[in-house]
Amino acid sequence: MEFHTLSSPHTKRVNRVDKVMLQVVLALIPGITAMIFYFGWGVLINVVLAILSAVAFEAMVIRLRKRPVMPVLFDLSAVVTALLFAVAIPPLLPWWLVVMGMAFAIIMVKQMYGGLGYNPFNPAMAAYVLLLISYPVEMTSWMPPYLLAEHHLTLSQILAFKISGILPGELTLDAITMATPLDQMRTNLDLNRMISEIRQSPLWGDFGGLGWEWIGNWFLMGGIWMVYKRTITWQIPLAFLTGLVSMATIFWLYDAEGFPFPLFHVFSGGVILGAFFIATDPVTACTTRAGQLIYGAAIGVLVYLIRTWGGYPDAVAFAVLLMNMAAPTIDYYTRPRTYGHGEVKSE
Amino acid sequence: MYVESKKGKTRELWRFHGGLHLSEKKALSLQHPLQHAILPDRLILPLQQHIGVPAQPMVCLGEHVLKGQMIASSPAPVTSPVHASTSGTVVEMGEHFIPHPSGLTDLCIVIEPDGEDRWADLPKPISDFRSADTQILRQRIRDAGIVGMGGATFPAAIKLNPGKPIQTLIINGAECEPYITCDDRLMRDFAERVMNGARILQHKLQSEECLIAIEDNKSEAILAMFETLLDEENIEVVRIPTIYPSGGEKQLIRILTGREVPTSGLPAQVGVICHNVATAAAIADAVLEGKPLISRLVTLTGEGLSKPGNFEAPLGILASDLIAQAGGYQGQPQQLIMGGPMMGFDLTTDQVPITKGTNCLLCPTTEEIPRPEPARACIRCGRCADVCPANLLPQQMYWYSKAKDLEKVQDYNLFDCIECGCCSHVCPSHIPLVQYYRYAKAESWAQEQERRESERAKQRHDFRVSRLERLEAERKAKLRKKKEALKNKPPAKKTQVSKAEDDKDAKQAVIEAAMKRAAEKKAKQQLAPKNTENLTAAQQAQIEAVDKRRMATNQEKQQKPEQPD
Repeated sequence: MEFHTLSSPHTKRVNRVDKVMLQVVLALIPGITAMIFYFGWGVLINVVLAILSAVAFEAMVIRLRKRPVMPVLFDLSAVVTALLFAVAIPPLLPWWLVVMGMAFAIIMVKQMYGGLGYNPFNPAMAAYVLLLISYPVEMTSWMPPYLLAEHHLTLSQILAFKISGILPGELTLDAITMATPLDQMRTNLDLNRMISEIRQSPLWGDFGGLGWEWIGNWFLMGGIWMVYKRTITWQIPLAFLTGLVSMATIFWLYDAEGFPFPLFHVFSGGVILGAFFIATDPVTACTTRAGQLIYGAAIGVLVYLIRTWGGYPDAVAFAVLLMNMAAPTIDYYTRPRTYGHGEVKSE
Repeated sequence: MYVESKKGKTRELWRFHGGLHLSEKKALSLQHPLQHAILPDRLILPLQQHIGVPAQPMVCLGEHVLKGQMIASSPAPVTSPVHASTSGTVVEMGEHFIPHPSGLTDLCIVIEPDGEDRWADLPKPISDFRSADTQILRQRIRDAGIVGMGGATFPAAIKLNPGKPIQTLIINGAECEPYITCDDRLMRDFAERVMNGARILQHKLQSEECLIAIEDNKSEAILAMFETLLDEENIEVVRIPTIYPSGGEKQLIRILTGREVPTSGLPAQVGVICHNVATAAAIADAVLEGKPLISRLVTLTGEGLSKPGNFEAPLGILASDLIAQAGGYQGQPQQLIMGGPMMGFDLTTDQVPITKGTNCLLCPTTEEIPRPEPARACIRCGRCADVCPANLLPQQMYWYSKAKDLEKVQDYNLFDCIECGCCSHVCPSHIPLVQYYRYAKAESWAQEQERRESERAKQRHDFRVSRLERLEAERKAKLRKKKEALKNKPPAKKTQVSKAEDDKDAKQAVIEAAMKRAAEKKAKQQLAPKNTENLTAAQQAQIEAVDKRRMATNQEKQQKPEQPD
């Protein structure tokens, strides 16, 4: 009898890229649901629009590259990029900025480098930063969370605004938007206000901004589930949060009225999302476990530095992109000791 | 971690990096007791069933051989003889398929059994091995053709002269690959043989301790081995955790001793020697009964076989014959693996003989082991590094192998890869990582070979150049000496002034003489045709006639152009 031959090992493979990506998508669902609850339909519109445009751009580029389209689309990596981008941008962002962001992320940052696995920068974060620098007003116009909003827009009103920029009746953009807690904190601190004074505002919850901290909790839940499922490793999120909290603690202990409580940092802005979903993107992060600790901690420290002394209220995207650049070098210097090399330490 | 290894004795264990918990699938081949294979119509015995120099045939075509008779051997140090697995006639010596990943053929001796299964005169049993000379024991093991039966097939006798004091002798009964159960079966059914082999090895190596390591998923085997333990000996049966690849030599040494074999070194360097349980049993047979290695336990398993089980098979039986005895194929098996699923290799045909290193024939259905999906791009998740038992960075090695940057792959310790397959197994992109490393290793070896050859060529070239230079220098020196000798000769009668003129004259004379010689030669050639000596009168006449004709035509030719057309 004749048989076909293949290289060992001959086993049913246990993991799949699309399974990994699907787990990330599933882990994002609680946080996204919470965001829709607190910030309305705009979030959902962003999610749908981002996914559709990301998939369309991906399909287009793959066609141009004359590769089979379906396997690439079904690895779900474009969907993950779209989701991460959609939850990072303001719900009222005009539709064409969403599409432009996705075009930049998928075409320039991902596919031009060779597609999944070859991009040195996190596509969602690169797109976010591009828009933040080019369209600072649109990118910082956040609505207040549901609990604080005076005007509640319907789905059709939000759609109309996102498409044509027209608001119903007498409303102006200023009337329906509000500074984010991080903005608020930063502006007031710059005005030399005390933190106890700043926190008198109804904007604040237990740690971070009202509503915001709950979204953080839901993302945290998804993140912990991913660690449990080994979709991601614990090293990067833990090191990220440790880096951030230790910096915050040092300065908070030094001056509690000038520097916010450490958990404020954790539950504000994109820290939880960044720690579990963005910094952990395997393609752009460090791959050695020791390297991941350094990488994560450095992001945490950078987030604190940029938030406290930098030009932007939030810093996760910048910190991640900066460390993306350093990842290969960190990997090179954190190679594990191979069996039979050097000193043997008994564990 | 501490485990009980003997009555009232606990032992500390270490763990190696990475590893996998695989679904064992061992029950499949353990459901039936050990079966003895029926002698087939012919046995095909490859001359090389071991690592080292191939054995040379000692029998002729048509010769009748007896069971256990040595039919091939070699005087080389690293080699192993081959014995007839039964009595019969040598009917052929030629190329046959051998169980090798290449799917190539090799020289084999084919024996047609006579059905009598008559033993040859075996060497005398050495029952009191403890008082026997250790070199005699070693020679006996060598002559019995015993090689590493866990699959490495390195001649066992070589490892008995480590040249270093050995603290720990390890008898490897881990059998960590899924599906394979032949060592388990051997320990359950022949615990005493394994234990005796361990005793002989320990006596030969004079090791401080002997550890028989068995994964904790083989409780019956552990129990059977425990029961054969005697109190006075320093032999322990160690239950080790079931984690693939605990049976890898380096990993097992790490588990049991916490030591690591230095890279490109040997276990003896850290005071350890490892032997497989089947090797130990074969050694016991050779020493205590005088029997050479002519059969082994083989696991036939997989959903593609109707009756999986363990067989005691004579060496040289064709896989197809053995499979037929195991009820034949069922379903539509697409693959036949020699060895386990993790490290075994695919056979192109079942017309290959069972050899000393064959522990398992695995015939899975496509549902059981589906064909791998096409590979996708690496997403650098690092799962491969998490499971690597050598603590390598498989993902980086893949990257550089793909880029054919061999220097860089070696920087990442390519040659410490044991090809266990853990990385490929967990890769979410289904990249055949091990295949890349095999490729990089083969390329590196080829490059190294090429480098060595060009080095040799360069040496030869340099030598030639220096030789030519030396010859030239010698020639020049000779010339100078001659000149000097001439110069030193007092010029006869001539004054210094006329010397230059004299030289000129001499030169002129030489040239003139040469010219004269040349002219003479030319004239001679023109005048006297070649081969014209000793001609008969008739020939002379013929020649003259021809000459005349030629002259005539020449004249005609010369006149022709003048004629107007």
